[in-house]
Order: sequence, then C-alpha cells, then structure tokens
Amino acid sequence: MLADKIQDVFNEPGCAVNQKKTDKERKKGCSKPLMPGAAAGGCAFDGAKIVLQPIVDAAHLVHGPIACEGNSWDNRHSASSGPKLYRTGMTTDMSELDIIHGGEKKLYKAIKEVFKRYDPPAVFVYQTCVPALIGDDLVAVCQYAEEQLGKRVIPVNVPGFVGSKNLGNKLAGETLLDHVIGTEEPGMVTDKDINIIGDYNLVGEFWQIKPLLDKLGIRVLGKITGDARFSDVTVAHRARVNMMLCSQALVNIARKMEERYGIPYFEGSFYGVADTSESLRQIAKMLVARGANASLIAETEALIAEEEAKVAGKLQVYRERLQGKRVLLFTGGVKSWSAVTALEDVGMTVIGTSVKKSTDEDKQRIIAQKGEDFHMWENLKPKEMYHMLKESEADIMLSGGRSQFIALKAKTAWLDINQERHHAFAGYDGIVTLVHQIDATINNPVWQEVRRPAPWAAKDLHTTPNPVTV
Amino acid sequence: MSAKAQKQTFKAPKKALSVNPLKMSQPLGGALAFLGIADALPLFHGSQGCTAFGLVLLVRHFREAIPLQTTAMNEVSTILGGYDNIEAALKNIYDRNKPTLIGLCTTGLTETKGEDMDGIMVRFRDRNPDLADLAVVHVSTPDFEGGLEDGFARAIEATIRLQVSAANETVPGQVNVLAGSHLTPGDILELREIFEAFGLKPLILPDLSRSLTGRIPDDFTAKTLGGTTLAEIQAMGQSEATFVLGDHMTKAAQKLHEITGVPNLYSGSLMDIASIDDFMMALSEVSGQAVPEKYRDQRDFLTDAMMDSHFFTGHRKVALGLEPELLANYARLAAKMGCDVVAAVSPTPSSALERIADLPVVVGDHDDLEGLAAEEGAELLISNSHARQAAERLEIPLMRVGLPCFDRLGAGHQVNIGYRGLRDVVFALGNMFLAQEHEHSPEDFAHIGRSGEGGEHAHSP
Repeated sequence: MLADKIQDVFNEPGCAVNQKKTDKERKKGCSKPLMPGAAAGGCAFDGAKIVLQPIVDAAHLVHGPIACEGNSWDNRHSASSGPKLYRTGMTTDMSELDIIHGGEKKLYKAIKEVFKRYDPPAVFVYQTCVPALIGDDLVAVCQYAEEQLGKRVIPVNVPGFVGSKNLGNKLAGETLLDHVIGTEEPGMVTDKDINIIGDYNLVGEFWQIKPLLDKLGIRVLGKITGDARFSDVTVAHRARVNMMLCSQALVNIARKMEERYGIPYFEGSFYGVADTSESLRQIAKMLVARGANASLIAETEALIAEEEAKVAGKLQVYRERLQGKRVLLFTGGVKSWSAVTALEDVGMTVIGTSVKKSTDEDKQRIIAQKGEDFHMWENLKPKEMYHMLKESEADIMLSGGRSQFIALKAKTAWLDINQERHHAFAGYDGIVTLVHQIDATINNPVWQEVRRPAPWAAKDLHTTPNPVTV
Repeated sequence: MSAKAQKQTFKAPKKALSVNPLKMSQPLGGALAFLGIADALPLFHGSQGCTAFGLVLLVRHFREAIPLQTTAMNEVSTILGGYDNIEAALKNIYDRNKPTLIGLCTTGLTETKGEDMDGIMVRFRDRNPDLADLAVVHVSTPDFEGGLEDGFARAIEATIRLQVSAANETVPGQVNVLAGSHLTPGDILELREIFEAFGLKPLILPDLSRSLTGRIPDDFTAKTLGGTTLAEIQAMGQSEATFVLGDHMTKAAQKLHEITGVPNLYSGSLMDIASIDDFMMALSEVSGQAVPEKYRDQRDFLTDAMMDSHFFTGHRKVALGLEPELLANYARLAAKMGCDVVAAVSPTPSSALERIADLPVVVGDHDDLEGLAAEEGAELLISNSHARQAAERLEIPLMRVGLPCFDRLGAGHQVNIGYRGLRDVVFALGNMFLAQEHEHSPEDFAHIGRSGEGGEHAHSP
C-alpha cells in the first residue's frame, strides 16, 4: 500500500519536471539515488514531520526507537500563536523487547496515554524504519485506536528508509488528503477564503503576510500547515483558491484538491518584493474569477503600491552600506532566488547560485534575468566553495545551515536563509529584515578583527621553534 | 550517610509513552567518540535520517562542522543486507576524503535486520586489499538499547580492541587517559594542561579538544580537525599507567588493561575535592613530581568559592535530568553544596548511578523531571537545553549542563572538572540562586504571630 502511494506521488502531473520524463524514468521516482558515504539530508520521516508538525494543537507521536525523536525533538522554529503541544516530543522509545514482541500494543497504549493526558483534537502517529521492518501495522493500530477511543488518530506511514526528505513532504501531503482535508465543514465561508499550502510559519513568517491579507479581507481558511489548528486543515476543502509555496514539496495537495474539490491553485512566493506583489495580485485575480467582488483587484493594487513605496524607502538606507557587495547564493529552489531582485535593488551583486534543486523552469528564469554568463553550479563541492570564499570572490554567502562552517572557517560573512534561520524574511517586511541582517553581518567590524593574521603566522612557515634542552 | 551502603534500584515509571525524551541514541554517542580521533570520519550504517538528526544535534551544540556520513540504507537494501552499501560508503569516503580512520556505527535499523558486522568487515578486507591502510573501527550501537553514554563507551572499547596491542617497552612519563562522554572539549583542554604541568605526556582517548573547540584550519577538510592520532592510540600499550575518567569507561579500561597490561591507576569524577585530590596524588606518584604550586592555590580558590556560594545553595531544592555520569557528578556536587536534591532523572540505568543511590534517582525523561520538580517544589533545574520548556512552565531557572546545549553559546568550552573548573561550576550554581534573591517585604513575615498551626515558617522545608 505504501509502495502504491509512493508510485502515486512520483507520478505527479502537476510537477513540471515529472511531465518531461518518460514512463520508465517516472517510475524510478524523483529522488536522486543516494550515494553511500557521500549523502546528505534528512529521511522521509523527517520530511513528513516538517510538513505535519506545524499543526500546533495536535499531538505528534513517533513510533520507533529513541534516535528518531530523542535526537531531533524541539529542533525547528515553526511558530505558534497559541497551543504549544506540537513542541512536546512524544515517542514509544522502542526497546529491544518491543522489537522482539512487536510494538503494536505499546503503540496503542501510548496513543491512549496521549489522549488521557493532553486530549488533543488529533494525534499524528509517525511510522519509522524499525517498526516498519518488523511489520508493526501502524495503520491498523491507528484505525483501531480511532474506533476504540472515538478520537482522530492519523497514521503517517512514512518510515525514513522509503526515501528522501522531499518524498516525505509529499507523503505527508497524501496523509492530509486521505485523513484530514475535507473531514469537517467550516462554520461559515466567505468568497475570499484561501488556503496557503507549504508554509510552516518558520520564525513566524506567516505573520508577515497575514496583516496584508487581513487588510484585503482575505481569510486564510486552511493553513497547510504553519500555525494551523487541526480543525483549520479539516475544512480546507471549502477555500476558493489555493496558493502553493515551495512547489516541489506539496504540489500533490494542490493538484488533488483541484481534482476533488475544484479549487484552482497557483504557485507563488512571498520572498522578495516583486514576488510578494505578484502573489497578492494572483490571489485577488483568482478570487474575483471565482466570484469575489471585483473591487478586490483595485484594493490589492493600492495596497501593493503603498507597501512597495514603504519598502523602497526603507531599503534606501542600506544602499550606501551594501553597494557593490558580492553575494554567493547557495540554496535550492526558487525561494532564495526571489530575493535576488531585492539584493540588487540595494546595489549588491549576486555572483552566482546553485541550481541543484532548481527545475529547468527556474534555470530558464535565472538565465532570462541574469544572462548566460551568470554562474550556475549544479554541484559545487564544499572545498571549491571554501576556496571561493577564502579568496574573497564573495563578501557573503547566503545558504542553509549545513554550509555555514564552510563560510565561517573561511572567515567570510554568512547568513542562514534556510529552515534553521532565526529571522523572518517573508513579505515586504521580511525583505527589509533580510537586507538589515545582511548589513549587520557583512559590515560587522568583527571581520577585520578575526582576519588579522597572527604575528607568528608568517614565521611558522619557515622556522620551527628551537627545541628546548633541559 | 554512606552512598555505598545503598544499592541503586533504577526506579522507572511504567508507561508506554515517553514524553520529551532525555535519552539520545547510542550511535550518536559512538559518533561523538569518533569525533575525538584525528583525521577520522564517523559513519552510520542506517537510513540517511539517522545521520541527519545526529548531525543537526551535534552542530547545534558545538557550533562546529560535524563530519558524519551514512551508508544510506533504504527499504530494499535493508532487507537484502547492507554489505554493498557499507563497501560503497567506505570506498567513497576513502576516495573523497582519505581519512586515517572511519568509525562505523550500526543503528536500530541495521541491528534489527541483524547485520553480521564482523563478517562484513572480513569480506570487505578480502575484497579491498588496496584499502589496507584505512583503519575501520566497527561497533554495534543499536538505537533500541542503551543511550549516548553507552554508545560512546562502546566505540572507545571497539577502538581499543581493534587498534591497540601489547608493547614490550614503556615510555617514561607517558600515560593513557580514557575520557568519558561527560567531558567537554574544554574539560579535555584543562586535563591536558594538568597532565603537562606534572611533566607527563597524556594520550587522551578520545580528544575532543582538537576537533570541536573551534580551530580554524588553513584549508577545508571534511574530516575531524584533530583528535587522538591513530599512532597515539596504537602507542597506548607503552604507557606507564591509565587514568579512567567516567564509570562508563570501565569496560574500555578493562579491555585496555587486558591487552596491554598497563595498570589502571586512577578513576574518579574530578568533580569533588576528594576526587581531585586523589587525582593530584596519582599524578604526583606517576610523575615523581610534587603537586605544582598553582594547584595548591587553585584548591584554595575552590574551597573559598564553596564557602562563598554555600550561603545561597543551602537547603535549596534542585531537580536534575542528565546523562548518568553527569547526573551522578552534578547531583553529588549539589548535595555537597547543601542543596536538597529532590529529583535526579537519568535516561538510562548505569553503574555511575550507584554513586548516588542515596538520592531519589529515576530512569525517565524530561517529562518525569518536570513532574517531579513540580511535585517537590524544585527551585532550580539542572539539565540540557531540552529542559527549557519545562523551566518556563515551572517558572524556575535552568542551569544548562550536558548535551545538547543549543540556546547558549560556548557549551564546548564549559569546564567542569579539576579545582579550577569546579570552582566555576560552584560559582555558577551559587549564582543561579543569588540572581533570584528577592527584596524582602512584610508579607515574607506574615506567619509571625499567627495563631494555631497555620504559623508555618516561610522557609520550612
């Protein structure tokens, strides 16, 4: 059954990359084969949890030995405006005996304990490799628990070893489609209800967007899943429009909701001024097409004009400080790319970017904007990256946490723009924060201090200290 | 009160659900141990997630690049057996990074499958004579038993078993130090300084101070930046004596003694005066040198710090949740400073806990710690950063000790041991309470003159 699911998400008509594949290629799936000893990144379970854990009032219970939850709980910055239950680490902590006897009974007991103690609206139960290998039927246990306890128990049958983090994202999407979306009806609906799919409210970024939507009277009915309550997701099928962020991860949700509930979707981004404006425009246009008052379009344009003017003013301050600074952008997908315009607006030069996770469409977009000479690296090795930074080809690197030490060991400024980031970079407000943070690090006097060579550095190369004889 | 008179019962709450785990996995401990070996690269034989989670945890704690690889097992390779993945991983790592040593830790996944690691390594050697100069230490570290400390100890034991041999001659002044997982890189720096002050040459295994303290190399490397060299490990048979730091290192110490015959001269926590005194005398004995003047001073500073701090620590209620060795050391210290230890939670049973059998020890998780702390009215939590949510809910301060520490800087450089390190710990403990001193008001004395039994003293225990 899980194998069918995986084939299903690999066969994603909504995915541009997938469309171009032959049947045979499609069957092999979208995850690049991992090279043992030279692989990086999380597993499918990790990916599933990234998507589902932001449902803040639900309990998230991991069925497996300690590593899966014990090593990883409370390690994301997905923010909540209320309940904190999602930050509680829960696991069956399987022991050797549980593996010998099978973990199903323990799992059922654990689910019971979760409801007894926390009474959440739902518990998401995550399968991991070891119980999958010994044949614990997680789906059956969840079904049984749901019947026995009369509560929502959602099986997340995505053990780590089925594939990559990205595949896990998609399988989590399937979980929502199968068990959550469309299971309740909203109290009331408006003709300006939308869903936002693929935002996890990291460091509160959703709240940089929400006030803009509020101003236009647009309601985010289903948050999938940043700062979501379980009930928000159950009623998402009544929204008028789906906006999908970070398309690679959850395109299956958007496409299947269109199929099942007739909700049109578009792919957008709230990173960067131009993309934020474009996304707002698109939402307005699509809502109007579905029956919202046509005045929404003019209201949106007015808001965009006002916000863009505000941002331009705020960014102006940084222009002088950042003029001519060179940025190495090192992250996948479109999201960081969306920031490029903003960086260029303040006079910075983006010298190159990685395109490892980018689609052909993304690449065409980059070429169209930057020309053929622009550096695009398919697979820049850490060592090469290090030398580029060390030789000062760039003044700052923007990337994810994994490459931070490449920059820091080269004594070069670095800013986290991936999931472990500490600052919110979404919307108009976020782009100002981004530029502010770039300024804070790139122009920090600490760089002169730490690059000061040790007085003995030159000498060491040629002489060794005289041996001390006693 | 005699700690030895009581036997540890390893009380554990009966429950199916572990909430807010305190336990970390065995392979993570194994990786940490291998990170203290020079020019090395730890490798998990499991799914890529096993490595990714461990890596993120260590990066958050040390704020350093963590070399850690995976055999990238998937569903099919797990069922068919992982030889091909192990061989491919070892060869890929060797081709790309040329490490001296690869530390190969199994995981819950491959242990459940029942991978024959000894057999796999024999086959690997047969098939790859060209990789003869690559040292591979394989160790069984299933996630479903033990914890970080156990995995760490097993990795060191395996390293000794596979790399150390008996020697004919002894190098004067050379001593072995088996350094447990409770020691920070900062502790290791402190240790080295103490040994060298006695003119001794310590072979510290593992040596995290060369790899996880923030050294900045001249070129990029995907391996450990330093640590105990393989040559040093192989020379451990030539040492005069072995110092064993941590109860969980006992088995490794026995193995080392069994192989080399080098006597185990000292074992202790280095976190109380008696244990540091014994350490100094052992160093003096093996080096033939008097205890240097600076340690006589440092001992005074420590005792003075204890006196200064005890005003604030006496009868204060403390709840601790730490890995067993740290738990035993910190709980004992708190008790010696006059604190009432109202809860001591360990993620796993361990012989180290016998040292605190007189204290209320429970094998459990952060949730048990939080529950006990609330019940007993604890005024301070001593635990890792994962206790931050509990501390917030309980509205009491958290003294951050152990791994992971991700919401304060400098965890790797924290020094806990020796006269000087302990002095700072004692100050830190005192400061936790001093910082909370409140200004007195009439309400504090409202009990005075109240009739009947209600006249309870504000400070009564």
